[in-house]
Amino acid sequence: MSQKHVLLRHRDVPDIHQLDVYRANGGYEALEKAVKEMSPADVQGEVKASGLRGRGGAGFPTGLKWSFVPKDADEVYIVINTDESETGTFKDRELLERNPHQVIEGAILAAYAVGAKTVYNYWRGEYMDAAHECQQAVKDAYAAGLLGENILGSDFSCDFINHFGAGAYICGEETALLNSLMGELGQPWSKPPFPAVEGLYSKPTVVNNTETLANVPPIIANGGDWYKALGPSERSTGVKVVCISGHVKRPGNYEVALGSVTYRDLIFGEEYAGGITNDNKFKALLPSGGSGPLMNDQMLDCDFTYEGPEAPEIGSVMGSASLIVMDETTDMVWAAKKATHFFKHESCGKCTPCREGTFWMESLLKRIMDGDATQNDVDVLNSVATNIGGRTLCALGEFARNPSLSSIRLFPEDYKAKLKVSDVHALPVAAD
Amino acid sequence: MSKLREVYGEKIDQILALYPAGKQKSAVLPLLHLSQVVYGGWATDEAKADVAGILGVDPTHVHSIAGFYTLYYEKPVGKYVLEICNDLACALRGADEFLEMATKKLNTPNHGTSADNLFTIENVMCIGACDRAPVLQCNLKFHEHLDEAKFDALITTLRAQAKKDEQSPTISEQILADIH
Repeated sequence: MSQKHVLLRHRDVPDIHQLDVYRANGGYEALEKAVKEMSPADVQGEVKASGLRGRGGAGFPTGLKWSFVPKDADEVYIVINTDESETGTFKDRELLERNPHQVIEGAILAAYAVGAKTVYNYWRGEYMDAAHECQQAVKDAYAAGLLGENILGSDFSCDFINHFGAGAYICGEETALLNSLMGELGQPWSKPPFPAVEGLYSKPTVVNNTETLANVPPIIANGGDWYKALGPSERSTGVKVVCISGHVKRPGNYEVALGSVTYRDLIFGEEYAGGITNDNKFKALLPSGGSGPLMNDQMLDCDFTYEGPEAPEIGSVMGSASLIVMDETTDMVWAAKKATHFFKHESCGKCTPCREGTFWMESLLKRIMDGDATQNDVDVLNSVATNIGGRTLCALGEFARNPSLSSIRLFPEDYKAKLKVSDVHALPVAAD
Repeated sequence: MSKLREVYGEKIDQILALYPAGKQKSAVLPLLHLSQVVYGGWATDEAKADVAGILGVDPTHVHSIAGFYTLYYEKPVGKYVLEICNDLACALRGADEFLEMATKKLNTPNHGTSADNLFTIENVMCIGACDRAPVLQCNLKFHEHLDEAKFDALITTLRAQAKKDEQSPTISEQILADIH
């Protein structure tokens, strides 16, 4: 259960945001090894072997994503997704604030692996205050010949550009992000085309989450097999930063090897969040920000892996590993309404089921909160949430259903207590 | 004459050069951020027309972009925009009560501006500081682990600053006009 700081290395090495400190601790050795001793295919091979998956939440295999880029493309882009906007998520901010060179080095390695010459780092606009160190790190990397023309004397050249959004959760969806970066409305497009074939400026583009790229330098330095061995299975390899917030004694980011702990360990373990505030009783966990289905106390003993929360009897996801913890005083209708309000606010408006569905879900939750609802309103809420499923271009619509569906399923008593009639029947179970 | 160009001069060209030839539309977000600094803190019609002129795009396009993102303000704002998160994770740590306290103290409705035009309060969705709630951003600068006393101290500092009319660069100026 010991902490392994592969990503949060700034906690072990003071001032690692400075280039000389980063280099004195092995920084940019992976890049040097890659450009001098490895072919782009070798770099891709190591990342494939590592089993690394997208850490933004979707969990798509990173090496596989890279391999979709056509080999003969004249221009390829790497885009870093630093539009970290999921409720309860604050890991990419810490990585770029405290250990920016590791992300920059990861992005340069990704560029080398897919033949890109330009990296755009798309930050959410609200993170400008967190970007000072990264901006300085980019300047220092250019001055040291780690970015720009002929990196480390090789014939590989790469630019790195920080780009700032302006407040839109939807821009964390990769096609919406690319539209935004191209100066269009940040709305998703219907795939295909997939960005790896036709992305930024219609060129092949790899969009990777910030944390995902921070994993790449240690993978290249130590080998894909080393990384894979940190986790318990083919699917759950390596390490992950877990963001813990809400009713816990020590909220914050924690780095763990996948499979080395359970969700209960993360919430109650002395090395982690240290238990519930005021020693209250635990009630519910949102394991992936507002997006993943709720978990109750009986579900906490599952492993912290991709597979763990996906067990049929739990029916949730690891996602971005943003744990929002709620104690016994929390009303789950209130929590569902808060989470649903977020999705209503952030729905880009392109797909009718999401735009209208999030509006109606919030309205119904408000009616239930206000004590003006009957069983029929809960049924309608369940029906609206169920029917958004599979009918939107991107995952925002899918995510938006989860607070309602999972709270009705796991905490029906919180709903019953607010209904106008006393002889309510058993609440329905979600159709899916 | 473009006021944006007048203030930022060749910085504008440096920003445009971050994107491939012919793809300068990509600079719409950074330019809109800077235009708000130049045009009194919000996306006025003049600000949007200025950005459109530099990019060679229709002003209606810039208008639609400005309306889509939350950080471009569609009406006048105070000198200090206080963005207070009361999303779920923050609300579990007292952010709803904090927001209510702040609006009462400044006698400003949520999404409104104080009578002296110093403060605008915007309650916002997650700003990525959930472990340090209650939190706010003042002109995009993070203020974390807040309570009523810290809020009072911040407001006192800001009022004193405003009196001296200190022209310290905003975060967006520092970051966006500092091109490598």
